[in-house]
Amino acid sequence: MTVEQPGKVAYVGARLLDPASGLDATGDLLTEGEKIAGLGPDLFNGSPPSDAVVVDATGLCLAPGLVDMRVQLREPGEEHKESLRSGCEAAVSAGVTSMVCLPNTQPVLDDQATLEFVARRARKLALTKVYAYGAATKGLSGKEIAELGLLAEAGALAFTDGTTAIANSQVMRRVLSYAVTFGLMVVQHPEDPALASGGVMNGGEMATRLGLSSIPREAEIIILERDMRLVEMTGARYHAAHVSTADSVEIIAKAKAKGLQVTCDTAPFYFALNELSVGDYRTFAKLSPPLRGEHDREAIVEGLKSGVIDAIASDHAPQDEESKRLPFAQAAFGGSGLETLLAVSLDLFHNEEMGLLDVLAKLTSIPAQLLGLQAGTLSPDHPADLILFDPNSAWKVDGDKFLSKSKNTPFDGKPLQGQVLRTVVDGRTVFEASNHARAA
Amino acid sequence: MRDPVFPHRHLLGIEGLSPLEINHLLDLSDPYVETNRGTDPASKCLRGRTVVNLFFENSTRTRTSFELAALRLGANVINMQVEASSVSKGETLIDTAVTLNAMHPDVLVVRHPQSGAVKLLSEKVNCAVINGGDGSHEHPTQALLDALTIRRRRGKIEGLKIAICGDVSHSRVARSNFYLLLTLGAEVRVIAPHTLLPGQVERLGVKTYTDMREGLRDCDIVMMLRVQNERMSGSYIPSVREYFRFFGLDREKLSLAKPDALIMHPGPMNRGVEIDSDVADDFERSVIREQVELGVAVRMAMLELLANNLHADAVVADAAQ
Repeated sequence: MTVEQPGKVAYVGARLLDPASGLDATGDLLTEGEKIAGLGPDLFNGSPPSDAVVVDATGLCLAPGLVDMRVQLREPGEEHKESLRSGCEAAVSAGVTSMVCLPNTQPVLDDQATLEFVARRARKLALTKVYAYGAATKGLSGKEIAELGLLAEAGALAFTDGTTAIANSQVMRRVLSYAVTFGLMVVQHPEDPALASGGVMNGGEMATRLGLSSIPREAEIIILERDMRLVEMTGARYHAAHVSTADSVEIIAKAKAKGLQVTCDTAPFYFALNELSVGDYRTFAKLSPPLRGEHDREAIVEGLKSGVIDAIASDHAPQDEESKRLPFAQAAFGGSGLETLLAVSLDLFHNEEMGLLDVLAKLTSIPAQLLGLQAGTLSPDHPADLILFDPNSAWKVDGDKFLSKSKNTPFDGKPLQGQVLRTVVDGRTVFEASNHARAA
Repeated sequence: MRDPVFPHRHLLGIEGLSPLEINHLLDLSDPYVETNRGTDPASKCLRGRTVVNLFFENSTRTRTSFELAALRLGANVINMQVEASSVSKGETLIDTAVTLNAMHPDVLVVRHPQSGAVKLLSEKVNCAVINGGDGSHEHPTQALLDALTIRRRRGKIEGLKIAICGDVSHSRVARSNFYLLLTLGAEVRVIAPHTLLPGQVERLGVKTYTDMREGLRDCDIVMMLRVQNERMSGSYIPSVREYFRFFGLDREKLSLAKPDALIMHPGPMNRGVEIDSDVADDFERSVIREQVELGVAVRMAMLELLANNLHADAVVADAAQ
């Protein structure tokens, strides 16, 4: 399959939003081939180039495409839950133009061949750009260091054991030390497996009422505290995925103040929902880490505002219906996150917690910078990865309408504001809302 | 017409029921105690109705109690014992519900090892569902029979000091009893080592004690909970003998409760683990056998109530056609 080389496209009259430069002004943007050729308030002086396709963007926001630093795509191995195709189709409809998948596929992405398989398949689809994290330990077993150097050469952006923490302190220390050699960061799922073992939801009154065994907040806190010591010891770059507690924010803030190379992200689940969403055993709200109490949710919002939490990732964890139609304790962890990523994040703007550019920065320029990607900004000569969106357009979440194979959204039924109307990857329009039911 | 005080389709738990509803359920159960003691306890009120005991967990006592209750009311009873130990088998829960539903039973009595499983099942069927115990969540008929036992002995529940001792963390009996006894105005004390206390349990309205002697002081009722043997080998408790020393009910510890305090246990008992035989068999104070007896009465009342509510719906539906 060959992808047609795009020509010139002129986006006219848009509200240009570039979090990296702080630009927020009405103007135009021109793409030429795969790159952004220019942008600005008076780019065309009323007359776009005659050889350009003109897109009237009046009244719409034009921003860099979203960079989602944590998704699970289930291919290879569990294509019935999500395939690269369904994941990428969901992603472009959600305005995600770059995403990084976890290595917890079957087989695990712990060697060059599987990593290259994913890259090749995704390139053929020519939708969202798919990158991968390499496994930090062989087979994600937490015992032996994976071939980090070779994985880095094959394109791994960082190393992680995906949805399990590296629990053994000696192994973690060596992974961190060895990763320094290649200048790549280690991404941790901060949850002490022993303390979390058997648990299915946040510890506290709610779990006690429901008679469910709990994952205490301390499972996350202990791993983060330990890891900060190991980061200090090794000088590694460390990124904590989906932080969910107030103490986590404090620990990361302290580490940053100390000058450690530590960053973190959270997912919309953790700033938009709390454990009450579990309600009467709603398995769609069974997430990892578990939804926490309201105090923690508020602290996550504060962490985003203060900048301690660097980025927002979808934490897309697709599950099939059979894995969720079970008694709560037996149901699988995880929520479908891609297609609500932008709108739920925009809640922070609509609720006047954060400015529009600040919210977008956490979804675009900052994750791109953390991952070392040339993405997430509107700059001449950068790849033309763009979204046109209406931040106010209202819709209601209906999992059944998701393009992802995974309908397990804890936001089902929630009214949201903000819809992507067009997604552009390397200058080509890969998604237009008018062709799609969810926009209706 | 559905029962005006308790118009619900199912009995899934005690949490959320009002004092009025709970007292009504106890009032409905009470007459069956005398009926069962009479020479001819048989009734025909559920003749032609089908009660299915669907048990995903081993049970002799509860299943027999429900079975006898249904038979005394003249219902047809089917017992189904399903293995649900593995996760893969758990996937069949909804399928099982749909299959059974197609056979149009009137009441499903369900026990399942997972919290919330009975609720999940109840959403997939048209019949009435009674929760016969789900995981560590609720066991409503046990709490009702406990309350009926206490009410018949003490005349009321309000104002009584009731101690619940043992593995609260994993106990559905404890949770249903908390809700019921607190709703009716009792003071509920929980006595257990911290490893067997669930997080923030005080927020449910109970007082917690780790010193059994202190917790039992001036109590009207001492309710012991079963402690599973597999929790006693170092995972939650170091050993049986250590548990019995600090949390087992013996005569010496019991002496701190009121002189006429009643001893209760939902069964089956671990003699010499959570309760000394000497105390368990004290016929003046132990009401353990009475609990079993009243269990049948409570279950008869619940089966009749829910079957009638269901029937009332059917009559309305027929009339509408």
